[in-house]
Amino acid sequence: MEVQTAPPAHQAPSSQSPHLLPPIFQSDTTPPQLITQGAEALLYRTTYLLPTLPCALKYRPSKPYRHPILDARLTKHRILSEARVLVKCRREGVPVPAVYAVDEREGWVMLEWVEGEVVRVRVNEWLRRRKELGVQEGVEEEVLKGLMGRIGRAIGRMHGVGIVHGDLTTSNLMLRTRREDAKCGDEVLDGEIVLIDFGLASQSSADEDRAVDLYVLERAFGSTHPRAEGLFSELLSAYGTSFKGANVVLKKLEEVRMRGRKRSMLG
Amino acid sequence: MIAIGLEGSANKLGVGIISHPSPGKPAQIFSNLRHTFVSPPGEGFLPKDTAKHHRSWVVQLVKQAMAEAKVTIRDVDCICYTKGPGMGAPLQSVAVAARMLALLWEKELVGVNHCVGHIEMGREITGADNPVVLYVSGGNTQVIAYAEQRYRIFGEALDIAVGNCLDRFARTLEISNDPAPGYNIEQLAKKGKVLLDLPYAVKGMDCSFAGILSSIDVLAAELKANPETKDHITGEVITTADLCFTLQETVYAMLVEITERAMAHVGSSQVLIVGGVGCNERLQEMMGLMAAGRGGSVFATDERFCIDNGIMIAHAGLLAYETGFRTPLEDSTCTQRFRTDEMFIKWRD
Repeated sequence: MEVQTAPPAHQAPSSQSPHLLPPIFQSDTTPPQLITQGAEALLYRTTYLLPTLPCALKYRPSKPYRHPILDARLTKHRILSEARVLVKCRREGVPVPAVYAVDEREGWVMLEWVEGEVVRVRVNEWLRRRKELGVQEGVEEEVLKGLMGRIGRAIGRMHGVGIVHGDLTTSNLMLRTRREDAKCGDEVLDGEIVLIDFGLASQSSADEDRAVDLYVLERAFGSTHPRAEGLFSELLSAYGTSFKGANVVLKKLEEVRMRGRKRSMLG
Repeated sequence: MIAIGLEGSANKLGVGIISHPSPGKPAQIFSNLRHTFVSPPGEGFLPKDTAKHHRSWVVQLVKQAMAEAKVTIRDVDCICYTKGPGMGAPLQSVAVAARMLALLWEKELVGVNHCVGHIEMGREITGADNPVVLYVSGGNTQVIAYAEQRYRIFGEALDIAVGNCLDRFARTLEISNDPAPGYNIEQLAKKGKVLLDLPYAVKGMDCSFAGILSSIDVLAAELKANPETKDHITGEVITTADLCFTLQETVYAMLVEITERAMAHVGSSQVLIVGGVGCNERLQEMMGLMAAGRGGSVFATDERFCIDNGIMIAHAGLLAYETGFRTPLEDSTCTQRFRTDEMFIKWRD
């Protein structure tokens, strides 16, 4: 059996980063900074292109357990598919990070660095402040409703151009930083929505796929922000008006909710 | 406490006797017997034949297990049997046997979820405390993690199980089902070198095997028509061993990938492989490489515990029995559909 049994070079132990980056980034005087490690990819912040221009570097290292041919095929396919989806979104006006560079054989894509925080962090911040100020639930929620509407429209625009995200959570939605002094009150929820992490995205116009996207987000919202769950209807109503055919998706969503994403187990 | 377990959800009939000496002490296996219904090459096992097999062997196996365990009827505290999931007819015949023993010996019954049996036995044998579990067999493909009194399913096969895919390909090739079709595919795959193109169907933490089976069947038919076909990259003549190798490399890569995603999701570095396909050494090796990359390790058991057996039913049943769980005679049914997450796991924190 022609299978690698020895761990490849990038498995070298290191407390900084468990993976060695592709050669092109190794001579950088300010090495890329590891931000997160997912199951598939590593996300770095780098100033490789220009000292003044931070970029997000997404690197899919080869997996030692996979057959080298299969590994190369999957990495290439996934990097290219993610880059294609992002380019298509940006061309059609869906708010996503810009693609700066791709090397599908080495397994990396370099993207615009989006300044700001993910929606999960901002919503929790907003909820916490309100609690501190003693504001009752259900009153003066217009700002949060507004945010939900903006999210709904952004998702609607993405679906409208034939892309499904595949992993919508409040951690994969960002709010761009708009103002330096956005420290008090409702400005926390300001900023343009940017959809990120298209690692599981695909080109699809199927109502089923779109409805599952919404269902996954609804479940994620319910588990991470139970206090804001009631406002999900705001998101859906904004979604419903965002593109032709959105109402069919909302009908489908009811079906998906009834059965769940999973089938009942057979044998 | 001592329990006897009866398993017969598929083509294996298993009877095992286990003892839990006292809380915190490891379980003691008194006996663990199995008799497998083996169908001829090119054929799967049909429910009615499998049920007949179980009916004709269960009395003999129970007697033998009791003799080997050197326990008397008085020593046994409860009778555990597989409630589901599995094939209807074989499940029924074993449930009838369990009821008969309960009435004859005047013992209480405990209905056990087959999947929970695999998980609990795997944890007991390997000592893995709170692992992400990959449960892979002829009927099931699930990635499971424990949270709040349930074994939660994070990912699963959306159509046929991975073991079913392997078993059916063994039928296509008309290779022996003895001792198991998957085992014979594994032996053939060791001689394979060429990796051919197959679909790769992973969707988040779920996966699908039906399309892969169709594709490999097409490749097998092409190979049968043109035995001299050469691989366009290496120039080597393609063999059935290469087909087995390709199938294994593809489906196991998918399983390891969804397991890794679940591990990243729940923040665990331990992984436990259970179920019949879990015996496969290549799958264990690949899982080990993945786990090492995450600073963790893989736990697996050998064929005594991976492949369906009575002891795992006895063990999981006894765990439930100790928390006060009973299955009254009138409720001692079985069911083909019984999801892992339906079972309330009272014995864990």
